[in-house]
Amino acid sequence: MPHDHHEPEDIHNNLSPSGHPYRTDDDTPLSYWQVMEISVRELLAEKGITTAREITAQIDKMDARSPINGAQVVARAWCDPQFYAALMNDASTATRDMGFDIGALKLIAVENTDDVHNMIVCTLCSCYPRNLLGLPPDWYKSRAYRSRTVREPRSVLAEFGVTFPSSTQIRVHDSTADMRYIVIPKRPIGTENMLQNDLVGLVTRDSMIGTGLAITPSTIIEERQTP
Amino acid sequence: MNNAKNSPNDHSPTFKLGRRWHDMGGDTAGPITMEQLADTNHDFSLWEKRVDALMIIGSAKGFFTVDGLRRVLEDLGEDAFETMTYYERWIMAVNQNLIEGGAYTTADLAAKMSQVAARGDTYGDAAAPV
Repeated sequence: MPHDHHEPEDIHNNLSPSGHPYRTDDDTPLSYWQVMEISVRELLAEKGITTAREITAQIDKMDARSPINGAQVVARAWCDPQFYAALMNDASTATRDMGFDIGALKLIAVENTDDVHNMIVCTLCSCYPRNLLGLPPDWYKSRAYRSRTVREPRSVLAEFGVTFPSSTQIRVHDSTADMRYIVIPKRPIGTENMLQNDLVGLVTRDSMIGTGLAITPSTIIEERQTP
Repeated sequence: MNNAKNSPNDHSPTFKLGRRWHDMGGDTAGPITMEQLADTNHDFSLWEKRVDALMIIGSAKGFFTVDGLRRVLEDLGEDAFETMTYYERWIMAVNQNLIEGGAYTTADLAAKMSQVAARGDTYGDAAAPV
């Protein structure tokens, strides 16, 4: 059946027109912790420690960070051997030199190969390469992911739909407050002729956490399926 | 052999000797829920983003370090991890550290919180500039 009633169908599926689940509204009764947030913010302004403008600027700065930043790093590492070497040697400096605000963090890039797949976790809390990927997804902060990833990474990966033969070594990296990792996913086969800017779109957030793989473009899949 | 149970390599939930609740790496746990997997790209609420900003700004201005925040979060205990949301725990930790760092007093906070709470029943009402 043609998709002549696309939108109503998606509303029934609780999906937005862009295909994302609708989020519950925020207009819930005022909570104790919201009162605390408002109070802390106003007290800091009254004491001259910060300003509303500075807080808004910080929110904008964080909002501007998204996995696209990390994807630009990965795509460049795929295309630029000199940058790749610098990144693997010292990811903090290499990404800072690209113009990203890395702060005082020690950042380590770990690379997936034919034999090794890397995953990152923070077993103690929620440390995440937020300077390159933005804020972590909820599951990254969950008890299930924090506990099990270092114990049974293959079963965690399977829940994300990612499986490897037993010959592939799975390496799990436990982040700390001062030391964060980013996974450099394998460049998909068949993308040899793609430009760096086009490759950025193949690098998903999960592929840089290690719970996913870089996307193989559908045109390449079609070419492979068509004799 | 009884002491096999207490081997340092035994990461069963019963072996928590010397580990606090937050040190959960290697424990058993259920699957990652569909809700967590599906809601993966949601945006945070304004108040949550403000908590994140207050954490960065308070730290940048030298009132606390990430270690100070972690201490409060870990002292909150396992119960808080299950019952409070992520940014609820963070505002509690930020506030505690700001008081300890001398940004304001508990009396300042108590007075401000009762003023704020009296402004209305929703976040929008309470957060509106006065």
